[in-house]
Amino acid sequence: MSSTQALQDFAAREYKFGFRSDIETESFAKGLSEEVIRKISEAKDEPPFMLEFRLKAYRHWLTMEEPHWSETPYAPIDYQDVIYYSAPKAAKKKLASLDDVDPELRKTFEKLGVPLIEQKRLAGVAVDAVFDSVSVATTYKEKLKKEGVIFCSISEAMQEYPELVQKYLGSVVPYTDNFFATLNSAVFTDGSFVFIPKGVRCPMELSTYFRINTENTGQFERTLIVAEDNSYVSYLEGCTAPKFDSNQLHAAVVELVALENAEIKYSTVQNWFAGDPETGKGGIFNFVTKRGKCLGKKSKISWTQVETGSAITWKYPSCLLLGDESVGEFYSVALTANRQQADTGTKMIHVGKNTKSTIVAKGISAGQSNNNYRGLVSIMKSASGARNFTQCDSMLIGDKCNANTFPLIDVQHPNAQVEHEASTSKISDDQLFYCRSRGISTEDAMGAIINGFCKDVFRELPTEFAVEATKLLGIKLENSVG
Amino acid sequence: MLTIQNLHAKIEDKEILKGLTLNIKAGEVHAIMGPNGSGKSTLAKVLTGDDNYEVTKGTATFEGKDLLSLEPEERALEGFFMAFQYPVEIPGVNNASFLRMAANARRKHAGLEELDPLEFNDLLQEKIRFLDMNPDFADRNVNFGFSGGEKKRNEILQMAVLNPKLALLDETDSGLDIDALRIVANGVNKLRRDNNAIILITHYQRLLNYIVPDIVHIMHDGRIVKSGPKELALELEERGYELLQNVGA
Ligand SMILES: Nc1ncnc2c1ncn2[C@@H]1O[C@H](COP(=O)(O)OP(=O)(O)O)[C@@H](O)[C@H]1O
Ligand SMILES: [Mg+2]
Repeated sequence: MSSTQALQDFAAREYKFGFRSDIETESFAKGLSEEVIRKISEAKDEPPFMLEFRLKAYRHWLTMEEPHWSETPYAPIDYQDVIYYSAPKAAKKKLASLDDVDPELRKTFEKLGVPLIEQKRLAGVAVDAVFDSVSVATTYKEKLKKEGVIFCSISEAMQEYPELVQKYLGSVVPYTDNFFATLNSAVFTDGSFVFIPKGVRCPMELSTYFRINTENTGQFERTLIVAEDNSYVSYLEGCTAPKFDSNQLHAAVVELVALENAEIKYSTVQNWFAGDPETGKGGIFNFVTKRGKCLGKKSKISWTQVETGSAITWKYPSCLLLGDESVGEFYSVALTANRQQADTGTKMIHVGKNTKSTIVAKGISAGQSNNNYRGLVSIMKSASGARNFTQCDSMLIGDKCNANTFPLIDVQHPNAQVEHEASTSKISDDQLFYCRSRGISTEDAMGAIINGFCKDVFRELPTEFAVEATKLLGIKLENSVG
Repeated sequence: MLTIQNLHAKIEDKEILKGLTLNIKAGEVHAIMGPNGSGKSTLAKVLTGDDNYEVTKGTATFEGKDLLSLEPEERALEGFFMAFQYPVEIPGVNNASFLRMAANARRKHAGLEELDPLEFNDLLQEKIRFLDMNPDFADRNVNFGFSGGEKKRNEILQMAVLNPKLALLDETDSGLDIDALRIVANGVNKLRRDNNAIILITHYQRLLNYIVPDIVHIMHDGRIVKSGPKELALELEERGYELLQNVGA
């Protein structure tokens, strides 16, 4: 087979997580209204302040218009044609222990490589598993509690720790922030809550696994992580969805708060269904707002993302560097193939003195995909001594794809240091032929070249997940040749 | 070991190989010389399986197998190796992991246990020392930012690690200073054994002072037009390619 053919096959790789579980669910009828929002809040037995928050957001949302400034064209979304709440029936009752998790649900997550049993494959990693609109299980909760660490679903947090939720929810991404964040604020159903108290180094990696299963269901999850003074936490989220012909909307909001000298490492491996490889039909619209606030002096927030799925990805994990000497980092690999579109990047807003940010963005485009980096580095008048380093690299596979970078730099302080580097490269037929002439298969050669290209980002992932991420790119290559 | 019969090959509708016949036995070293554009690199690429070239006629049999029907990686796994005239740069992939992938692919094919990074590193460092190369070769990205001479040496390093049955070196001597040439020649000589064979494509007879061939072929316009003992190379150097006139090419 020719190298060109192999490249085309690579671009047309199969989606491995496209299966649908046969699980009885309880879903609302399609549509959005104040009544639906009241029903969501009621179903989750929320405190009154939450309903108020949702309704304020909803009323504001009605005044907003869907944004269309990104380079990602798509057919209009009918917001009345979406199911806003869907939960497995078996998840309704409270679990006395992990042994009570519904076997079908357990099987689903096991198939996805996320066993809901403590001390299994990912020993040392606590998992919160979210299925459609609800969290179905959280592992290691008790062990973490002994250290003072709170790790639970956000629904549970609203009941158990309402004062914490009320204090921080919407403090980083206000309900008025943007069209999709506002929609999320109105209708979000579940997600994870993490609280690391003063001086605690979270003893294990925390992770949430999001799975969309029911057709026409929107997933609107909300994650809130608060790290108090001198604390540390590393958190990872993973996501998959079955193959459906219709597009599904995923509009998440993630808020991080780091107080003095605290560090939050947030990693994402996103592998939502990307749509039919040939027609582009179906797939997830991944419109996500992720933002971290470095509130305290010397605090640090680091985003690492490996984005390989979704029909459209539209996200800019950002850092608000308020505390003096605070640090923001963004490490990203975005792989698009077939007809996928990604418009992703970051915003680093320097407010505090001597704040520092690093951006390393790697875009890989194959097939007829479109891959954009969009970034903003903003150095305010107050940010004396601020520094930024940005590196944007694009790799093209084949010649029908597209890659662009839109780096925006706004410097208001004269002594700021801002550096920007960019490159574009291609996997050439010559390179593949050279590898093959040494006995290395096209798949392995492509894997090695892509992994080499992504090295600087993979290095930032927690070790357990660096392997997962490398494998994920490998899976994309698997069965793509021969 | 390798039998090529009446081989014709073209690229973009231009016929380059026009009935090439060549026979190589185990234990032999053959040199192929010939003017620029006579089709030497084309022969090398066709034998390696470059699908930019189309074979229109003829056969090539390697150890009893129809070489031309195999994929490039299968040819390598069977023990064929070509040192490229222009080695390709692969940024982001270091030499050590590249070579380990290649070596393990071959070992796996031969039913041998694959080597872990530590075991492989021992082997690699031994070859690097033997070829008098800088140990940092292992950590550098494949040919990336290498000088011309370093690229050629890297090809020989790959050959030493992969230990092929049949190695074809396409102008590996071009652009090497005399010290590098000696090292490369040393590496090749070390590989000479009764059960393998080497084809040297070269422009200059000076390489043949270090690697003494059993047979010298002169290639012209897509064919082998004259073959003879090692003295043929000297004669060619003295009289230039006017020699070709006498063979009716
Ligand atoms: N891509 C190509 N398209 C057309 N002609 C080519 C191409 N590549 C090589 N050739 C021609 O093939 C002939 C043989 O080239 P080559 O095998 O590289 O010769 P040598 O290695 O003996 O110098 C030359 O005339 C060259 O111009
Ligand atoms: Mg040549």
